Amino acid sequence: MMDGSAPLTVENSIREEVDDVVVRFAGDSGDGIQITGGQFTLTTALAGNDLSTFPDFPAEIRAPQGTTFGVSAFQIHFGSREIRTAGDAPDVLVALNPAALQVNVSDLNKGGLIIVDEGAFTDRNLKKAGYTTNPLEDNALDGFRLIAVDITKNTLEAVKEFGLSQKEAVRCKNMYSLGLVYWLYGRDREPTISWLNAKFGKRLEIANSNIAAVNAGHALGETIEASGETTSYTIAPAEIKPGLYRTITGIEAISYGLVAGANKAHLKMTFAGYPITPASAILHTLSKLKQFDIITFQAEDEIAAVCAALGGSYAGTIGVTASSGPGIALKTEAIGLAISVELPLVIINVQRAGPSTGMPTKTEQSDLNQAVFGRNADSPLVVISASTPSDNFEVAIESIRLATKYMTPVMLLTDGYLANASEPWKIPNVDEIAEFPVKFLNNSDNFSPTTRDPKTLARNWPIPGTPNLEHRIGGIEKSYDTGNISYDSSNHQKMTDVRKNKIDGIANDIPLQEITRGDKKGDIAVVGWGSTFGPITRAVQKVRSNGHNVSHIHIRHIWPLPRNLETVLNEFKVIIVVEMNTGQLITLLRSQFLIDAKGLNKVSGQPFKVSEIEADILKAVKGLIP
Amino acid sequence: MNIATPPEKLSVKDYASDQEVRWCPGCGDYAIVRAMQKTMADIQAPPEKTVFISGIGCAARFPYYMATFGFHTIHGRAASVATGTKLANPDLDIWVISGDGDSLSIGGNHLMHVLRRNVNLQYILFNNEIYGLTKGQYSPTSKVGTKSPSTPLGSLDKPVSAALYALGCGARFVARGIDAQAKHLPEVFKRAHEHKGASFVEVFQNCIVYNDGVYDHFTAKNVAADKQIQVQHGLPLIFGSDANKGLRLKPGKIELDVVTINEDGVTEADILVHDETNKVLATLLAQMEAPNFPVAIGVLFCDPAETYETAVNDQLESQKRQNQNPSVNELIRSGATWTVD
Repeated sequence: MMDGSAPLTVENSIREEVDDVVVRFAGDSGDGIQITGGQFTLTTALAGNDLSTFPDFPAEIRAPQGTTFGVSAFQIHFGSREIRTAGDAPDVLVALNPAALQVNVSDLNKGGLIIVDEGAFTDRNLKKAGYTTNPLEDNALDGFRLIAVDITKNTLEAVKEFGLSQKEAVRCKNMYSLGLVYWLYGRDREPTISWLNAKFGKRLEIANSNIAAVNAGHALGETIEASGETTSYTIAPAEIKPGLYRTITGIEAISYGLVAGANKAHLKMTFAGYPITPASAILHTLSKLKQFDIITFQAEDEIAAVCAALGGSYAGTIGVTASSGPGIALKTEAIGLAISVELPLVIINVQRAGPSTGMPTKTEQSDLNQAVFGRNADSPLVVISASTPSDNFEVAIESIRLATKYMTPVMLLTDGYLANASEPWKIPNVDEIAEFPVKFLNNSDNFSPTTRDPKTLARNWPIPGTPNLEHRIGGIEKSYDTGNISYDSSNHQKMTDVRKNKIDGIANDIPLQEITRGDKKGDIAVVGWGSTFGPITRAVQKVRSNGHNVSHIHIRHIWPLPRNLETVLNEFKVIIVVEMNTGQLITLLRSQFLIDAKGLNKVSGQPFKVSEIEADILKAVKGLIP
Repeated sequence: MNIATPPEKLSVKDYASDQEVRWCPGCGDYAIVRAMQKTMADIQAPPEKTVFISGIGCAARFPYYMATFGFHTIHGRAASVATGTKLANPDLDIWVISGDGDSLSIGGNHLMHVLRRNVNLQYILFNNEIYGLTKGQYSPTSKVGTKSPSTPLGSLDKPVSAALYALGCGARFVARGIDAQAKHLPEVFKRAHEHKGASFVEVFQNCIVYNDGVYDHFTAKNVAADKQIQVQHGLPLIFGSDANKGLRLKPGKIELDVVTINEDGVTEADILVHDETNKVLATLLAQMEAPNFPVAIGVLFCDPAETYETAVNDQLESQKRQNQNPSVNELIRSGATWTVD
């Protein structure tokens, strides 16, 4: 709900001031909804609001037009306060066809505003969306405010002077609706106009048509306003730490983080991937950044991708591969090889709803078990997770640091929500991030490929091309001392132990677990990992403001776990573990620490709502009252 | 001042590692590793730049026995690891060592792609028509009817021809050798090494334990001359103990015919001359089988083209030239930014 309602005058008109708003754009998957959302995000960021976005699109590229399963949506939550989630329920729904209304209207807050393209509510489209009567004409939308405009017709009218084909002209209707929403929140159209000019510079008629559509949508708002039919709003800038900002998606943050990490390690990167939703975009992004000494390779399959990345590490670059759950499953054997030969490797898992193909464009965090345990034999590796879109940047750097320092594969867990969502990011100065240059072995005195650093237990890294260091490595068990093949039983025990101890020891090289929000001791700790960060922290903030003694603990390092985590958790009477799976971190915590944690789990393909977590916390609070 | 001392010439022995060889006594692999060590000495391969990468199987133990760099990877995936290694460091000289199961069953996909991409490496497939390391199951190159632990009544599926598969995948170099041909095999390896691009070599290798004598019908001393044809670019395709048999095209057909010179009016001028740049001829030679045809040995096809890692690194270098001294700070500041005071 929109909080607050102090009227104030802006641009000679009365605008109602609100603290935060959730807007959802929805339409056909070919309607340019994601572009509309992206533009609104940029403009909102430039206006100084804090924000969080959630793009939600179907797996089908162009599902049959007008159908409910072809609806693409983009939600943005923005405000004058700190914004941590994309919002539980929209205050405003822009529906470009009946299917978009059908799919989304039940999510809308009571009293919310619906903007529809009346022109798209034809009998045919209504039928396709499953409506037997026109919701604009019966009482289906009672309790909501409605702006029904023939957006299609108005758009065609606005762009007709530029001579586009009918198809091209209709495509401008997303910009018309964007213009209307710009008016609603008093947004500056200029950033979008410059963007359109830059994007369609070579086809001026398209740029001009889209600009005309934005302006026409905005003008319509002014007309409605003059008639007094609808209120417009203003949202004051949020209190945001000073600095230089941009919006960033998780995919961009991972990709840039990998570039920065390789840079800090003084290594070239060999990135090998195979197309899979939603991880492919990392390959796309890095393919445009070859100037940073990045070899990108689209392999013939997931197995070849991880093997080529490992081959890259063998040659002395940092090998990186990215995929999603089913692809990670295929890479498993090669990851085991990387563990056995102790070469660095970064494996990114952009988790999605499963099992099997599951729901490729929907988010979930159900690959934790796969990451920590999903290999044959005792084969430990490092698992690290990102909690917000921009957090992927830091986590990617940390992955490369740990992989190279400890000669181990590192699994980076992110998810479909984090990958596609965006948020404002205070751009760091990369020069301030510590370097961790890799030193290859070049001394052949007493050489063995399994000689270890006594402190980290990492083996040395002799790379092909170095004279006098010729040696053989492989997946067969090797002698602790010489690296030669060994089937000796006590040696296998020793090697298994050293592989385990090496990874366990990394707990001493990662930050101690901190309390994300709240006190160090109290009634309830809400524990999370990954993309549940936003909703948990907001829910905890809300219950704390009502006087409840609740803290939020968000875990980045899944394996090894932070060395003080057990002590931290023991300071609370009740531990709730919030996860978008049926209980994976909770199993890990229970088995490691013998704690009686309770789970709050959801696997709907949609992120948690703040209210869902809040309700669960309040239930636990009640349980504590004697 | 640097005074360059002439490097010591490395001998065959210098390329043998100190590891105990663990193949069965009498295995054809011994001959192949010796042929390879001889090849290394002949070309004076720098050991530090030479890398043997293998998958899984008997053949895949090969890298342990070479005093070079070696990586024994996982079943079927050596080609993929090798591709990544070559892309990351094109200066390395990479030999992939594999078997018929490793290359044509579990790793068939990767073999296809390393060949079509034309990654500059040598791919040596030891074909013994059997799974040795898992105790004798039939393989994708076993003849129909092969009795094995998994096919006690005889195998039913038709075999794949390694050389034809390679040609079909777009290999630019396809050759064949025989394990026991101590003189010829190093020559084939040297040709493979000279060729820039993916060089595919099928070595007919005898498994003394599970498939002994599978190639005797063309490798045994008493039949070799009549049942093998050693092909050489520019020379007529003549074979036989009396050197009077030859290959020609059947009149009016794209089909080979075995003929005898000085019989039925056939003269030496009628015999086809081997042209290793001709893919159609290479295909015809590769598909020759006993008993009607001799088995073609030697370089069947060699037609170089730009290598993959060269093209990949050219793209990379051109991007680096166009964006010199790229800065991560600039990268993350590109696009729309705003300042909060």
